[in-house]
Amino acid sequence: MLDLDPGPYGAFIWPAYGLTALVFAGMIAASLSHARRWRRKAQAHQPDLAA
Amino acid sequence: MSRAGALLAREVALAWGKGGGPLVTLGFYVGTATLLPLATGPEPARLAAIATGMAWVALALAALLSLERLFERDFEDGALDLMVLSPVPLELVCALKCLGQWIATGAPLALAAPLAAIGLGAKPELVPLILACALVGGLAFAFTGGIGAALSLGARRGGLLTAVIVLPLFVPPVIFGGAALDAFASGLPWQAGLALLGAYTAAAVALGPLAMAAACRNALS
Amino acid sequence: MAFSRWAAPMFGIVAVLLALVGLWLGFAAPEDYQQGDTVRIMFVHVPAAWLSMFVYACLGGASFLSLVFRHALADAAAKAAAPLGAAFTVLALATGSLWGRPMWGAWWVWDARLTSVLVLLLFYLAYMALRASLDDEAKAARAGAILALVGVVNLPIVHWSVNWWNTLHQGASVFRKGGPTMTVDYLYPLLLMSLAFMAAFGALWLVRIRGEVWRRRAEAAALRAARR
Repeated sequence: MLDLDPGPYGAFIWPAYGLTALVFAGMIAASLSHARRWRRKAQAHQPDLAA
Repeated sequence: MSRAGALLAREVALAWGKGGGPLVTLGFYVGTATLLPLATGPEPARLAAIATGMAWVALALAALLSLERLFERDFEDGALDLMVLSPVPLELVCALKCLGQWIATGAPLALAAPLAAIGLGAKPELVPLILACALVGGLAFAFTGGIGAALSLGARRGGLLTAVIVLPLFVPPVIFGGAALDAFASGLPWQAGLALLGAYTAAAVALGPLAMAAACRNALS
Repeated sequence: MAFSRWAAPMFGIVAVLLALVGLWLGFAAPEDYQQGDTVRIMFVHVPAAWLSMFVYACLGGASFLSLVFRHALADAAAKAAAPLGAAFTVLALATGSLWGRPMWGAWWVWDARLTSVLVLLLFYLAYMALRASLDDEAKAARAGAILALVGVVNLPIVHWSVNWWNTLHQGASVFRKGGPTMTVDYLYPLLLMSLAFMAAFGALWLVRIRGEVWRRRAEAAALRAARR
C-alpha cells in the first residue's frame, strides 16, 4: 500500500522529511513562545480586558 | 549656476575628497584585484578564465565601500535636513548625489578596470567592452547602492547593513555585465548582456531616487 | 485579535489534516521510473519553495499597505512574515540539496532555480537585519516597507536574470501553458502538501502577528509606566 522502502535513497529521503519536521517544530515553538512571552509582559503591566 | 548644477558640483567635490580623491577607492580596487591571484595561484590559464569576472566583482565591492559617505555625513551634520527644505525635489537631490559619486569614484574605477583585468590575464581586445560595462555598471552600482545607504541612515553598524541590503540588488548587473564580458571572451554574441545592463541601469537611475527620497524622509522624520 | 484566537488553531488543524492525506497519497504513489523513490522529496521540497515565494508576496503586500495606510497591523504583519519566509527558503534549499545529490550527483549547483532561491534568502535576511537595526519602531517599519517593495520589484528581475544566465534545473512542470504535465499520482499529493504548508503558514503568521501586537502593547505600557 504505502511504499516505505526507499532502498538506497533512504539516506536522502528520511533526512529531507526529518529536516522538514524540525523546521516546522522550530517555527511553531518560536512563534508560540514569542506570542506567549509578549502576552505575559503586556498583561503584567495591565490586566487585559480584551484578549 | 543652477541649483541642481551647484548641488552636483558640491557632490562631486565631496566625493572627490581632500585626501587624494578617488585614490582610496582605486587603492582598494587594486588591492582586491591583487589578492585574487594570490589566492588562486598565478597559473596564467586559470587566471585568464576568471579575469574579467574577478575584475567585475571587485568593481562592485569597491562601489559598495564608498557608499557610506553618500548620505551619512549630510545626515549627521544636518545638511540633509536643509536639502529636504530646498526647492530642488528630494528625489533629484538623491539622484545628483549618486551621479556625483559616479563621476568622482565610479568613472575612475571604470578606467582602472581594464588595467586590472589585463593584469589578471584578460585579452586586450576586451578593453573597450570592459570600459563600457564598468561605466554603465558603475552607474547602476551607485544608484542601487544609494538605496541601501539611504535605508541604513540612523542604524547601528550602518556600513555592514548597507552591504547586506545592496548585495542582492547588485545581482542582476553583475550577471549581465559578467555575461557580456564572458560571451565576448568566448567569441559569442555579447550585445544582449550589455543591453540588459543598460536597461537595469536605466531603471535604477529612474526608480532608485524614489526609494532613496522616501528613505531619507523616513530617517529625518 | 479575536479573529486569530480561533482562526490560528483552525488553520493549524487544517494543515495537519491536509498533510496527513497528502503524505499518505504521496507515499502510496508509485516510484518515478527515472528518479526512483527520491521523487518523494518533491512533496516537501516544492511546497517549501512555493511558500518561500508566497510569503515574500505577503511581505510585499503587507509592506505596501503599511506605506499607503500607515496601519500598525500591516507593520506587524510584515515583520511577522519575514522569519517564516526565511525558514521556508532555507528548507527549500536544504531539501533541494538532498534531492539534488542523488539526482545530479552534486549537493549544490549554480543553476537558475537554486541561485534565485539563494538570493531570495538574502532578500529576507536583509529585511530582517534592517528592521532589527533601527531602534525607532516606526522608522524601522517604514524603512523595512520601502526595502520590501524595492525587493518585490527587484525579485522578478533577479529571477529572470538568473534564469537567463543559466538553467539546469528541471523546467516548470506544473505552471505551464496547457496545464500541468505531472501525473495525477504525484500532482494530487503535491497540491495537498502545498495547501498544507500554506495553512500552516497562515496559522503561524496569525500567531506571530498576535505576538507582535502584544509586544507593542507591552512596550507602550512599559513606556507609560516609566514616565509615571
